Amino acid sequence: MKHVKILVAGIALVAGMSTAAHAASTLESVKAAGKLKCGVTTGLAGFGAPNDKGEWAGLDIDLCKGIAAAVFGDPSKVEYKPLSAEQRFTALQSGEVDVLARNSTWTLSRDSQLALDFVAVNYYDGQGFMVRKDLGISSAKELKGATVCVQEGTTTEKNLGDFDKANNLGIQPVKFKENDQARSAYDEGRCDAYTTDASGLAGERTALKAPDDHVILPDIISKEPLGPVVRHGDNQWGDIVRWTHYVTVIAEEKGITQANLDDVVKANGPDNATADGEIQRMLGITEKMGEGMGLSNDWGYNIIKAVGNYGEIFERNVGPNTPIKLPRGLNALWTQGGLQYAPPVR
Amino acid sequence: MAEISSGDTRHASTVVWWRDERKRGLLAQLAVGLAVVGFAYFLGHNMVENQARLGVPLSLSFLTDPAGFQLSFASLSVTLDSPIQRILLVGALNTLLASVVAAIIATTLGLLIGIMRLSTNWLVARIAEVYIEAVRNVPLLLQLVFWYGGVLAALPKAKDALSIGDLVFLSIKGLMTPRPIVQSDFWIIFIALIVAIIAAIGMRRWAKKRQIETGQQFPSFWVGLALVIGLPALASLALGNPVESEVPVKGTFNFTGGLSFQPEVVALILGLAVNSAAFIAEIVRGGIVAISHGQTEAAYALGLRPRVNLRLVIIPQALRIIMPPMISQYLNVVKNSTLAGFIGFPDLFSVISTSQNQTGRAVECVTILMLFYLTVSLSISLVMNWFNKRVALVER
Repeated sequence: MKHVKILVAGIALVAGMSTAAHAASTLESVKAAGKLKCGVTTGLAGFGAPNDKGEWAGLDIDLCKGIAAAVFGDPSKVEYKPLSAEQRFTALQSGEVDVLARNSTWTLSRDSQLALDFVAVNYYDGQGFMVRKDLGISSAKELKGATVCVQEGTTTEKNLGDFDKANNLGIQPVKFKENDQARSAYDEGRCDAYTTDASGLAGERTALKAPDDHVILPDIISKEPLGPVVRHGDNQWGDIVRWTHYVTVIAEEKGITQANLDDVVKANGPDNATADGEIQRMLGITEKMGEGMGLSNDWGYNIIKAVGNYGEIFERNVGPNTPIKLPRGLNALWTQGGLQYAPPVR
Repeated sequence: MAEISSGDTRHASTVVWWRDERKRGLLAQLAVGLAVVGFAYFLGHNMVENQARLGVPLSLSFLTDPAGFQLSFASLSVTLDSPIQRILLVGALNTLLASVVAAIIATTLGLLIGIMRLSTNWLVARIAEVYIEAVRNVPLLLQLVFWYGGVLAALPKAKDALSIGDLVFLSIKGLMTPRPIVQSDFWIIFIALIVAIIAAIGMRRWAKKRQIETGQQFPSFWVGLALVIGLPALASLALGNPVESEVPVKGTFNFTGGLSFQPEVVALILGLAVNSAAFIAEIVRGGIVAISHGQTEAAYALGLRPRVNLRLVIIPQALRIIMPPMISQYLNVVKNSTLAGFIGFPDLFSVISTSQNQTGRAVECVTILMLFYLTVSLSISLVMNWFNKRVALVER
């Protein structure tokens, strides 16, 4: 009885004291854990979904692999945590994941009110609508009074509201927690139209009962820059994630692929006078660009070896040879009329 | 251990305070209380510090911001500019509406199935048993998805909507009926309804008194029903039908005007009701079986038929046993309604998730949610416990 009393008093004393947590930088804690905790989507074809072998694959997954390659030299040192639309930001804020690569839209309110930073845009997207061909409409502005299936809790919902207000359409939304439910309700005919990001529409159409009966309307009603997210307060980690994406873009600019990577390294040796300086710096042949970010010197080499350049990543996941079949469109390089533009490595 | 009693004055002064059982008990309680409060303070303090460190201080100011999203089912009017607090209110009303209707249907159905389960007819009893076992053992979410899929698949497509006299339309988009518009004279009908209810209660009292004195029965239920329906109807006829209705009109995609009952509402209510009915059936069966068979034998000896016996002898006694578990079932109906988001019904949980995602206020939103369900559950418990005390068997 006496011992119990002392124990209880001790607990009360300790609990009353406030402890200051020693804040380790994200890079240090990732290295200590031995793996990168990457927050991904629960299943969106082309961006983050388990493939038929049960491994995670997608545009965002390749970014996670790239970050792991930059930090550890090994793209397999990643733990993928599937997060729903509601959990994703709180999971990142609380430290459950180190980076969120979950096709999340970069908006002002998310940037400023959530204490999170969007560090790059790995996919420029926009919201669109899908309707049945036999409705005979060719523009989203003809959806007066229509019922639209949408997934709740996303920017999609808010954009639909804004579009509705701006064009005075009186749209009646039907909201579902899971994307699958929204799509199957649309398929059954509960809704006249289905809305989500244009990249998602292409993937979802393949899952409908009769994909050719449906058409994606040409109107893009919003800007949806999708990219990785990190927490406020750790700029070094933000730099690492940001430059992982940029390395893949610059690699495509310079024509470096997974296949010819080693040949490029040989062709741009440190003694070669005609070598491309930027390639030398990026692949760690000269100078020590990785040090400023706390990474080893071959960080750029490892990224490209693991996932290839941006064009390869795009083609592998959402390109014309995949069921998704998305055109490069806004995601082409700036030299080809698109928006993917990386600052120089120097 | 020897108990020190206050009357034992010889020993009282010779016992030190830490050997006194009562004082030790008090001290232990104080220490545990401190520990719990200390722990709660520690967690709360951590949370506030973390939020401040992140730069997102806790505040409820986001409630007055315009929501920017619509609801597919709303009992009050909402527009895209409505503040978030109004949308939350409508979400809460949706939850309550679905829960109340589901609870009423579940109670009726459960009572029926429970009595069926006890029937001497082999087929009837087996049907009830299969229903109970199947529904109790399948997770509720699957049942809801099944009902929703079933409801959607059973209804005709929007183009081929069934119509009854161009007033009522049934399709996959929902059931559209004319909406009664209340005119200014409606209060007279309301008064007539109140008068009818009071008259029905008074008549029932008189009929009971008469039965005790003279033994004559009076069909008080049917007369009461006729009163409650007939008097307001008479009043409305006298006023010349002061209730207009707004008829649904077919547009390109949807019907405008009129009342609409979407498949989501129907699927949710059906799913919740059928699920809870299975549990209620077992509770009812347990209550009835607990009444000793001697009661039934005595009733038969008095010449009461089986149905009368059930209604007047068994069920009033079984009610006392059934009441406490029923409270849990009603609480379950309210809590299970949170699954509504998966089938497209905008209940409070679904609306809060959207608000949380759009404003980033996770802690405040979850707190509002928890407080709502806590309040509803505690109210239900309070009311039902009061009702339970009233019907409780007073032992002599």
